[in-house]
Amino acid sequence: MTVTGTSSDPLDLSAGVLVAGGGPAAAWAEYKAAQAGADVVLADKGYCGTSGATASAGTGVWYVPPRPAERERAMASREALGGHLADRHWMARVLDQTYEGMGELADAGRYPFPPDGEGGQVRRGVQGPEYMRRMRILLRRAGVRILDHSPVVELLTDEDGAVAGVAGYQRQRDRPYRVRAGAVVLATGGCAFLSRALGCDVNTGDGALMAAEAGAELSGMEFSNAYAIAPEFSSVTKTAYYSFATFYREDGTVLEGAGSQKGRSVIARTLLTEKVYCRIDRAGPDVQRAMRLGQPNFFLPFDRMGVDPFTRLFPVTLLLEGTVRGTGGIRVADDECATSVPGLYVAGDAATRELVCGGFTGGGSHNAAWAISSGTWAGRGAARFSAALAPSASRRPLIPAGGAGLRPTGRPAARDGYREVVAAVQAEVHPYEKNYLRHGDRLGPALANLHATWDRVRSSLYGTGAGAVHARQAAAMTAHARWMYTAALARQESRGMHKREDLPGSDESWRRRLLVEGLDEIRVRPDPVAPVGPQEYADHLRAAS
Amino acid sequence: MIEIVSRDRCVRCDICVKVCPMDVFEPGTDGVPVIARQPDCQTCFMCEAHCPADALFVAPLAGPAPAGSPYTDEAALVASGAMGRYRHVIGWGRGRTPGSRLDKNFVFTARLAASGGEGPSRTDASGDDAGVSERQPEAS
Repeated sequence: MTVTGTSSDPLDLSAGVLVAGGGPAAAWAEYKAAQAGADVVLADKGYCGTSGATASAGTGVWYVPPRPAERERAMASREALGGHLADRHWMARVLDQTYEGMGELADAGRYPFPPDGEGGQVRRGVQGPEYMRRMRILLRRAGVRILDHSPVVELLTDEDGAVAGVAGYQRQRDRPYRVRAGAVVLATGGCAFLSRALGCDVNTGDGALMAAEAGAELSGMEFSNAYAIAPEFSSVTKTAYYSFATFYREDGTVLEGAGSQKGRSVIARTLLTEKVYCRIDRAGPDVQRAMRLGQPNFFLPFDRMGVDPFTRLFPVTLLLEGTVRGTGGIRVADDECATSVPGLYVAGDAATRELVCGGFTGGGSHNAAWAISSGTWAGRGAARFSAALAPSASRRPLIPAGGAGLRPTGRPAARDGYREVVAAVQAEVHPYEKNYLRHGDRLGPALANLHATWDRVRSSLYGTGAGAVHARQAAAMTAHARWMYTAALARQESRGMHKREDLPGSDESWRRRLLVEGLDEIRVRPDPVAPVGPQEYADHLRAAS
Repeated sequence: MIEIVSRDRCVRCDICVKVCPMDVFEPGTDGVPVIARQPDCQTCFMCEAHCPADALFVAPLAGPAPAGSPYTDEAALVASGAMGRYRHVIGWGRGRTPGSRLDKNFVFTARLAASGGEGPSRTDASGDDAGVSERQPEAS
């Protein structure tokens, strides 16, 4: 990669494990890889500690004590909502790993959980700023190297296609860097298409693009239309709190059927023609207090605008959270969160979360549990993979795997060409009538437009230095959008959060996860691995004992 | 979006330059960081939380504040106590209790679960503890 106007020499590093990303999943992967004895480097687009959807927010955690009845209830509670695509084997191990991880966060991480009044702690949620500050301290104590403001731009592979490192750009030093690594963990988050949903603008789907370029598959990309409720003109999303709200039309009448979970589509449909107002008027004084102490940032916009959300009406909007809170992502190929590409692991929202919540996540708690668990497994898996490499691996050739935005097939476009691409993609994925209120008649033309954008991206989008980062983000969003709508058109039914107005029913024969792969040509097929539901899991346990 | 770096309060530590996940700030020639790329600001309030001098103010708007907006009036914001407020409520800074220690989100989630996940009916906002179950929270 070439950079014009470079002020310093390129940085060249070597590591056992390279973790791309800076949110919870990246931090857990880094921490666990270091504990497993690997020499690790973390490279984040932003700052590990403030980066990503968790740091600026607060989240419940799918934390359930190891009591069989409670665990069973926890697993069963989400199966129907997720369209029965979740997997009991994975749910059970995520519950185990999350329980252990939260214990570590309390003990080694010294996270100040609230007391439960009986000498213990309540560990069913975390406040983002504190959580990520503690994780960074843990990482520093573990002696890992952190490269902040150093977005990974592309993967490097050896001649057999195994991932052998990354190349990126340090934006505050204006210099490119390269890290040779035995294994790479992608923990770059989902893709929210620069919608300004809280903390999500670093999440542009970069990891999915890089994984696909290396040959990895994705899964569940039709489950990519999560929208969060926010006060109009604000960035602060916290949809759960709107469970205690009433929604109103412009004329002051109650918007019947509107709600935070099941009634969000009613809000979307109404927003197409008029403003929607809201008041959190079903929260009693103790719930109001719990909200204020639970997620103080929720109240920042209200307090600063001088609006009491419990007594006054305020206009709301829906912000796209895409695959940050949708469940699609890079396919997980085994229990260590490996992908189908040797040396490439995946964790957090960059990975599919269908395994724990199928085709729907209305809440962050499953994602938070998945970040801890998948980060732990991917970190350990990557460390093990790296340690098992022959010494000659340190002399592997490093072949750049990046295409779109870095190596155009035609004449390079203007340096700010990425802006036009981003706008074109947003025009297809942000509108409620296309992405949220899905219909084949609208998805088809939207996908055709996105394919045309991709052709332009591939032939002419180009950037160097900081421009390469912008170009790659735009390319990643374009690819992401095409996978989403390809899968959305392929799934000829409604399931989980994927609701088709033209195909409102669910069909048992579609109780399969859908895999997509490819960039110029996209292929889609049912996952040969069927979801393990309660019955299948019980049969499996019986056979094993 | 970020609107104010207070010259009076700034201690020239460059922490905001370091912690902003969107790389919005740049070190200033006189040591006071400048807002170099405001359109990139994602309004996440993280710079405010990390500023040890309460010198920053992020307006609650996802776009830039219009000219003459109260969100750019530093003297008024200082007088109203808005600057540093967020850091205060999350309990960062010497002698403060971490906000997470006081977290009562579990009360909210228990109440939400008790209502079947969709919140109470409009006539049921009394706030008594009856029927709180151990069902898992739906927090997001």
